[in-house]
Amino acid sequence: MAKNEIKYLTAIKQEKPKKKFCRFKKYGIKYVDYKDIEFLKKFINEQGKLLPRRLTGNSLKYQRKVQDAVKKARQMALLPYVTDLLK
Amino acid sequence: MNNYELMVIFTPVLSEEDFKASQKKYSDMITETGGEIIHSNPWGLKSLAFPIQKKTTGIYWILEFTGPGDLNEKMKIQMLRDEQVMRHMITRLDKYAVEYNHVKRNGGFAMQDKTEA
Repeated sequence: MAKNEIKYLTAIKQEKPKKKFCRFKKYGIKYVDYKDIEFLKKFINEQGKLLPRRLTGNSLKYQRKVQDAVKKARQMALLPYVTDLLK
Repeated sequence: MNNYELMVIFTPVLSEEDFKASQKKYSDMITETGGEIIHSNPWGLKSLAFPIQKKTTGIYWILEFTGPGDLNEKMKIQMLRDEQVMRHMITRLDKYAVEYNHVKRNGGFAMQDKTEA
């Protein structure tokens, strides 16, 4: 028996993934402002690409609003189209 | 009479009074054709996320106004002709957007509204 093999009496408890919720429904935000960069940065990754719904947890309706806002911000050079280490 | 929001990026070489003059020019054009200015908000010189026309900074100006639909078409023609304007965008505001801007202007947004859990 390998000396360093550790035997656990009970199975290791994996950290249950946090229940995702749509923050727009929860906080009742109805409009995503394309000028509000800090808020939009929560929905894009380091390269400046839009995060998918499964990561942001948004509902479809609000994910589209975020998508429009980010594209408008990119158009008006508030957000870069592609970059590295944006955050 | 719909609500619109105009955002314009001027070339950074623009002097202060030229900036004011062009602001006035476009605001007058709106009020002439029966529109009404709700709020003008010049951001001033800001660095761009990517260079536009080989320039890395621009003067931003945001104007919120109501007006007839065909007004935007005239504005667009004027802006495309005006070489001081690097880029412009007119967005239509729905009722949530108007309410959002109104609350934001009066400092109604407490911070925790935006932060998630």
